[in-house]
Amino acid sequence: MKVTFPHMGNQYVATKVLLEELGVDIVIPPQCSNDTLDIGTKHSPESICLPLKVNIGNYIESIRQGADTIVITGSCGPCRFGYYSILQKEILKSMGHQLDFILLDPPQGDYDKFFKSVTKLANTKNPYSIIKALAKATKALYGVDEIDDAAFYKRPRERVMGSTDQLYDSFHKEVRKVKGYRAVMDLVKETKRKINSIEEDPERDVVKIGLIGEIYTIIEPFVNLDIEKKLGALGVEINKSLKISRWLTEHLYLQPLKLSSEKEIWQAAKPYLGSMIGGHARETVGYAVKYAKEGYDGLIQVYPFTCMPEIVAQSILPSVEKDYNIPYLCLIVDEMTGEAGLNTRIEAFVDLLRRRKELKHNEKLLSGY
Amino acid sequence: MKNCYLGIDVGSVSTNVVLMDEDKGIMAKVYTQTQGKPIEAVKRGLKEVRSQVSEEVRVRGVGTTGSGRHLAAMMVGADVIKNEITAHGIAAINFVDGVKTILEIGGQDSKIILLRDGIISDFAMNTVCAAGTGSFLDRQAARLGIPIEDFGEMALKSQAPVRIAGRCAVFAESDMIHKQQLGHNQEDIIKGLCDALVRNFLNNLGKGKEILGPIVFQGGVAANVGIKKSFEEALGTAILVPPHHDVMGAIGCCLMAQEYDMKKNRTSFKGFDIVHSGYQVKGFECNDCSNGCEVIEILRDGQVSARWGDKCGKWNGKLKNEVEKLA
Repeated sequence: MKVTFPHMGNQYVATKVLLEELGVDIVIPPQCSNDTLDIGTKHSPESICLPLKVNIGNYIESIRQGADTIVITGSCGPCRFGYYSILQKEILKSMGHQLDFILLDPPQGDYDKFFKSVTKLANTKNPYSIIKALAKATKALYGVDEIDDAAFYKRPRERVMGSTDQLYDSFHKEVRKVKGYRAVMDLVKETKRKINSIEEDPERDVVKIGLIGEIYTIIEPFVNLDIEKKLGALGVEINKSLKISRWLTEHLYLQPLKLSSEKEIWQAAKPYLGSMIGGHARETVGYAVKYAKEGYDGLIQVYPFTCMPEIVAQSILPSVEKDYNIPYLCLIVDEMTGEAGLNTRIEAFVDLLRRRKELKHNEKLLSGY
Repeated sequence: MKNCYLGIDVGSVSTNVVLMDEDKGIMAKVYTQTQGKPIEAVKRGLKEVRSQVSEEVRVRGVGTTGSGRHLAAMMVGADVIKNEITAHGIAAINFVDGVKTILEIGGQDSKIILLRDGIISDFAMNTVCAAGTGSFLDRQAARLGIPIEDFGEMALKSQAPVRIAGRCAVFAESDMIHKQQLGHNQEDIIKGLCDALVRNFLNNLGKGKEILGPIVFQGGVAANVGIKKSFEEALGTAILVPPHHDVMGAIGCCLMAQEYDMKKNRTSFKGFDIVHSGYQVKGFECNDCSNGCEVIEILRDGQVSARWGDKCGKWNGKLKNEVEKLA
């Protein structure tokens, strides 16, 4: 059994650790590229959302390297993601690939089925070793997300432009080569230390933007055209509403116990959106309010073309923009997205925020605060 | 010797070059067709703008904008490289008192920029369709056999404009042909096209935006009195077309270059002599990873002066100058 899985930001590091610790043979799909997307677009329905297309590309590229089993989470999501595994199985079948699909849906009460798929994947029935590997994977995931956080902070402040990106990219290249939890964690720690010790330029004027929207497009750099690096180079510090580590904790550990860490966010979203409407629409609105209250300079929403929950959020966000007086930009991505147009919008938006900030600063000086 | 600032706007259809003096007076301006050859257009623009000024000038700062801003910046040695939205906004703020809305229609894109308290507060750019841009009008004028310069005047003569479906450039064209075949006269069809373009612009870009006066209309299409009239009818208010409406982007660049000069007091301008240099562009596909980036290499007199197009920064990193990083 050679297991592969679709890409989703940093998730691949955790899956790698989990399966390597369990001694399962894995194929990490090559980093998402134009080739990946081309393959996916060719074999997917035209109007399906972008993540599915990229997923299909990931599978095919892994199959070329000998993968015969696919593991994917289901999340029981009341959006199209919930049907991904079924649709993807059909697509691969029609292409002539007979693969095993292991679906890891959150238990939702049916623990028997859940453990069956876990033991099938894990190649062992020993719950102790499974739990141990899972704990290690979770730790690794948090570690990689901390690298992200360190990079968000450093990029707009670094003295030598591009030094953060260099370390960041080299981490993602190296981590594929090392094996097992220990080695991955050593690399994580080393990278974090190096990024944290990058020299800063205190003169740089840093603008803060909250990045909100659909989880896959926020965390997968290929899909959002490297928005975090682009913003970083423009002197913007970002914070993301959704992270893969938080998502894992939420869906794997908390939700089965009917708990949530997002209560505060739901409360913030309540005046605009009172209930769950699918996807992460409620979180998008909630985090928009949270960022506005915390004094962020602007909001950028990113979502894949045709994503229903985010379309609803998009129509709500102008009200948040008005109520909290915080500028908002919406970017919709799919395989047709032109990079030049996206760059122009981002750059103009950051200019706008910077001039606003200057003006506010001057007003404060004049009124003597 | 007179101090001045140079602004270059390399758009898809036109390349505009402006020379502005220290008191924000326009000393010379050139509006020339890009015709898919931005390097030639920039050279031609520089040459012409220089020949319009008889006295000795000292260029204290250069700014570039438009879709070819990086190419132009590399050629002339720009101090400021900015997007079109900021450039147009800054130009309008400086030339029209209290402006609150800018409608801008260029060759390949159209934008709406909202300004409050002298700064840009919101903007939108056309994303999907070219039915609201200058190229579309150009094409339809050509198909009707009228010079684009007379297009607007003819629209004003219309007595009973026809309604043309303006959501999509292709469908608008077939609808227009249909109306022609029915026997409508040209003036009415042209007016109908102007109305359709304005409707499309306001529906696409103006949706949900508070369009307050004073409203400024700029960009190449602002020369078209027919479109201006249609905007005035649709919005029910007077619309201002500034005297240098066709080169506002370049003027914005001059203003930003001046601002930069006041802060830093230096320029990387390479001089007007670059018009005599030979520029070559080479492209190759980097095959080091699966992205297969198309890397562009610009050579000035046989020397590599810039590279771009790669995702990882392997090619552009080494030759990146400070300006580009800041922009």
